[in-house]
This record gives sequence, structure tokens and C-alpha cells, in this order.
Amino acid sequence: MSAVETDPPDPPDADEWRPPVRDDDEYVVSVPPGPFARLARLWRYRELLVGLVRTELKVKYKNSVLGFMWSLLNPALYLVVFWVVFTYFLPNGIPQFAIFLMSGLLVWNLFSLGLGNATGSIVANSGIIKKVSFPREILPVASVGAGLVHFFLQGIVLLGALVLFQHPVAWNYMWLIIPALLTLLVLAAGFGIFLTAVNVYLRDTQHFLELLLLAWFWMTPIVYTYRTVVDNPKIPHFFKILYKMNPILWIVLPFQRAIYNRTYFDTPGLRHWVTPAPASPWWYLARIAVVFVVGFAILIGGLSFFGRVEGNFAEEL
Amino acid sequence: MVNAVSVRGVSKMFRLSSEKHTSLKEKVVHFGRSTYTEFWALQEIDLEIAQGTTVGLLGHNGSGKSTLLKCIAGILQPTSGEIRTRGRMAALLELGAGMNPELTGRENVYLNGSILGFSKKDLDSRFDDIVGFAELEQFIDNQVKYYSSGMYVRLGFAVAVNVDPDVLLVDEVLAVGDEAFQRKCLDRVKQFQNEGRTIVVVTHAADLVRKVCDGAAVLDHGNLVFKGSPGEAVRSFRDHLLLNDTYDDEEVEPQHKITVNTKPIEISYVTLERENVDRTYLVPGESLVVRVGYEAFEEIPDATFGLVVYDTEGNLIYSTSSALLGSPTGPFFGTGEVTFTFDDIPLLDGNYPISLGISSTDWGVVYDWREQCCQFEVVNPTSTQGLVALPLRVEIQTHAVDKGTAVG
Repeated sequence: MSAVETDPPDPPDADEWRPPVRDDDEYVVSVPPGPFARLARLWRYRELLVGLVRTELKVKYKNSVLGFMWSLLNPALYLVVFWVVFTYFLPNGIPQFAIFLMSGLLVWNLFSLGLGNATGSIVANSGIIKKVSFPREILPVASVGAGLVHFFLQGIVLLGALVLFQHPVAWNYMWLIIPALLTLLVLAAGFGIFLTAVNVYLRDTQHFLELLLLAWFWMTPIVYTYRTVVDNPKIPHFFKILYKMNPILWIVLPFQRAIYNRTYFDTPGLRHWVTPAPASPWWYLARIAVVFVVGFAILIGGLSFFGRVEGNFAEEL
Repeated sequence: MVNAVSVRGVSKMFRLSSEKHTSLKEKVVHFGRSTYTEFWALQEIDLEIAQGTTVGLLGHNGSGKSTLLKCIAGILQPTSGEIRTRGRMAALLELGAGMNPELTGRENVYLNGSILGFSKKDLDSRFDDIVGFAELEQFIDNQVKYYSSGMYVRLGFAVAVNVDPDVLLVDEVLAVGDEAFQRKCLDRVKQFQNEGRTIVVVTHAADLVRKVCDGAAVLDHGNLVFKGSPGEAVRSFRDHLLLNDTYDDEEVEPQHKITVNTKPIEISYVTLERENVDRTYLVPGESLVVRVGYEAFEEIPDATFGLVVYDTEGNLIYSTSSALLGSPTGPFFGTGEVTFTFDDIPLLDGNYPISLGISSTDWGVVYDWREQCCQFEVVNPTSTQGLVALPLRVEIQTHAVDKGTAVG
């Protein structure tokens, strides 16, 4: 073997030479991509997604003195109000109620804030919808992403509370938070993509959603325990089945199980169960998995509905 | 030849309803009775744009040219037909469309760039170019809402042209900023062309098409009426524009017949006679005769007939009068005709309005004045550019050089 030096030719200077066409893929513009192609495209545009999330947060708190503190103050105030009401006015007897409430509220805030903003996102950004071509489904997803940032900020507050009260969490259930959170994001994005498309044609959607979220909040065990409903003999059976169909329920429960970590509490002469009694982490995971499948179906359905009506967005806005 | 954009049989229908019913109540109330009229903004458009060419889409307002561009950009979806594009595309439909006024210039460069589909790494390496191009080094960390509209537009353009698209779609935005910036924009367009990129530009500025385009298509009421060379396209565009024009450029309204006349002398008619009567326009170098009829109701001892030619923007091109040209200044009585003859119109492209008037020779009394009462059009069939066809000859003398057999 002769040691012939074969230097690769110097790469041409980017400023001096450019191949005439670097991207030679042909796109059919007139046919909207399918839901799975859209998912892949969301991934390709992840940098824009991050940029939009950052913009949404930045713009929201620009020119406000407290800035990001607001995203902590808002749930903190909720917490104080609920804590005062359900500890003193309408005592429900749940010990360390603040921790219990916060572990559920964390989930709910992500869902309701993300979904609410996602639903308004297309109408709110009509300016760029009409003038710029980009994957529009990224807007509702970015709203959910902004909700996720708030989730983490509020998580820090919860963490502080746990340390302060020296609350023992359930470490063996803690990993459930990851699949539960992922499922929650898929659900919020799926509903959000569907509703934001509907909202373009029917602006009532936004207002209707506010009411729906209010009812939904009380139908989810956040300020009371799951077992108060399920164990109550006065509540008819069919309602309990309906109650269990709430997908958010199966996200809230593992959070409560892992963070609040009390399966029951006793009042004089009576034992109150909090969570489904003898459930192992796998029992929770199985339910999360079912919700994930449902959520994914909603996401795909939402994306394909979005794709079908998207072509007229620029005209309708 | 590979096509960067192919448009096949594309039609676009808009539903025009008197009002949009977007609330549930309105939808229910108007359910099934929503009255709308169909409006076809595009009808069966076929257009192939080859890679590396610059193509202008010409048309008057409402011709569908912007709708076609939006369909190509993927912002609107055609009702029927197919559009294929090749390569990365950037659309400049409105400068600064993706910008958020609350963010700083720097943040907007990244946001706008990523909306156009470019990565942070791409943008990092081009950031200085972009800011330099926009000439906003000092203000880049200020919120965009404090920018002047010129700064706003410069930043938007700078992002769009620096992000390296294969196909650039532009909607009448090349004319932004001051003259120096415009020249910079045109230079960048030229550079794009040299790099083999494809540009589609929508405009109604015929000059621009002639200046930068390799080809052009003309749209009229949603139909593609012409595609071909820029020069011919401009002519076709003008023809269609004239067909749609309701105003009569031949004669002044014969209003003197019904009005009670208080003027001692007035213009009764104006006719333009073109050298080639078969055409509605002149070609540079042809002759034009302007005949002005007058009627004097009393004896006017001293009068002169004025003629003023403007360009489309209203700039004065030429002003003269019969007295200045050496004609007698009166007396005038009864009817008569004044004939102005341009033996050779040296003007290039454009519409040229004419004003006519009668006054005393010292311009102390203006008897009658018809502001821009008629116009003539000049269409330049060649690719020469400018305002005036200066009389010019050229000669090239080749001196024989002994180069063996090199010259065949």
C-alpha cells in the first residue's frame, strides 16, 4: 500500500459557491398532509415550537412588574382559597389538604390552561395564518407547551411545600408521573388541535369551553377524594361509570398517589379511603396506558380534522 | 428542464356571503339559508415555472394573482387542481408578517426565521448578515414596536432573503425603504438569480417585470391570459387593463351642448390620432396628432392654446402653447380647430395624460382648462429601459487581428 496522500478536495467556501438546489424534494402543496405526516412535521419544526412557547410566555408577562411570578401567584391564590374553604368553612377532614390539593391542581392547571390557550390559538394568530405558510397545528401545540412550562414552575412550588412540611412521598410510585404527564400532554394537544379548528368556524367554542372546563374541574377529584364519589352509596351506579370515563381522573390519581402518598385517613370512628385501595404502580400504569391510547386516537383524529378544514383558515379568519 | 413550481388545472372558489356567521346563534338562525355567491378567483390555471428562472405574475387588482401566489405558498388550498413545488420555499407576502411587536429585533429574527422553516443554527450563522442587511445594528435589541415602519419592513425583508430559500415567492414588496435599500434588494434578487434560485414575483409594476424577470404570466379575472416573455407580457397586461378601463381616452365629454355657457371661448372636442390606427397604443418613434376644437362665442383678440403632457405619476414632461410654437394669437371667433402634431414620440413605456387649455398669451386670463382630459399610451416592444428613447446610433468597428485559424 502506497501512502499516497489523498486529501479530500477542500469543501467549497459557502460564501462563494452554492449548489443551485440543495433540497430536491418535490412537495405537493395542494394536498394537505395526513395526520402522521403532520406529527413528523411537528418534530421537524421543534425549534419553532420552542420559539413559539418562549414567545407566548415572554409576551404574556412583558411589561408586567411581577412577570413570571404571576404564573406562580395565580395557582398559589387558588390554593389558599381552597385550603381556607375546605379546612375551615367546609372541613373535609383531609389531612395536609394543601399537598393533596396541589398534586391534583398541578395536573388540572396544565390541562385547562393548555387547552384554553390552544383553542384560541389559531384565531389569535390570524395575522400569520393569513400571510405565512407554516405548519399551523404547531400553534395549539405551543400553547400546551406553555402550559407545561407553568407546570414545572408550579412543580417547584409544590417541591418547596413538600420539603417545608417534610411530607413523605411514595418513591415507588413516583416514576408514574412521567407516563402520566406524557399522556396528559397528548390529551391536551389532541383536544386543543380539534377545538382550535372548530373555533375558527364557530367562535362560541372558546366560551363554551370555559363552562365545560368549570364543570370538568368539579367532576375530577381535585378538591375532594376519588373514594368520596366511588364509595358513596347514594350515587347511582351509571353515574360512577360515567365518572370513571373522565380521562383526566386517571392522570390525577397517580399524581395524588405518588405525591400525597396517603391511601386513607381516619376520623374518630371512621376510616376514609383516598385512592383506589390495594393498587400497585402497575394498576395505575395500565389505566394510564388506556388513556394514552384514547388520547393518541384523539390527537390523530384532531390532526386529520384540522387538516381537512385548514385549507379555509386563511379565508375564514 | 425541471420545474420548481408546477400548477395544473388550479381553480379557486371563494364563497362571498354578506356576513360571516361565526357564532352558534347565528349559525342556527341562518342554518341552511346561508346565502353566498360563488366567486371564482382562479379558473383552470396551468403554469410551469422552471428551476432557476424569475417569473412575474402580472395583473390588475382582483385579477387573482395574489390568490395564485398564496395557493403556491400553501396558505390557501385550491378548490381543484394540483400544485407541486420543488425545494425549500419562502414566501414574502407581507413584510414582517411573522413578527411580534412585543419582542426585540433579535428575538424576531429567530422567530421569523424559524417560522420560515430554518433552524437556530442556520440563523446563528446568518444573524450578522441579516442585521447588517437591515442596517439595524444599533436597534436590534429594542422591541420591534418602537421601530419605524421602514425599519420594520427592512428587518422582515432581510430575514426572508438571507435564509436561503430555493424558491422565493414575493408579493409586491420589492419596493420598500429608501432608494439605497431598494437597490440593495434588487442586487440581492440578482444574486439569487445568479445562484440559480427560482423567484416568483407578483406585481402590477410593468417596469419591475421588464427589469428582473425572465418570463411573465398575465392574469385577468382569474384567467391566465398570457405567458411568455416579459416584454410581450407587459403589452398583454396593458391591453387587458385598457379593455377593463371604462374611461374614454378619445374625446372630451360634449358638455358644452347642455351647459349654459359663460366662457367666451372653450374647447369643444379633442381627438388623438395615432400613426397606426389599428392599435390602441403607440410605439416609440411613431407620430401623434392632437386635434383641439374650439368655439368662441365672442371675438377673442388674444388667445393661445396650451398643451401639457404628464407621466403616470403626474410629473410634468412637456408644456407648450400655440403662441410659443409661433402660431398667430388671434383674433378668434366662431369655431375652429388647432392641430398639434408630434412627428416622433420619443417616450418609452407608460400612459401619458394630456391637459389642454385656452388662455390669453400672458396667461393672465384662462378661458378654458381641461385637466388631463385624455391620454395616450406608449408600449415599448424592445427591452430597452428608461423614460426617453434618446436618438442614438451605435457602430462597432472590428479591427482585424491575426489569430491564425481562431476566427472561423
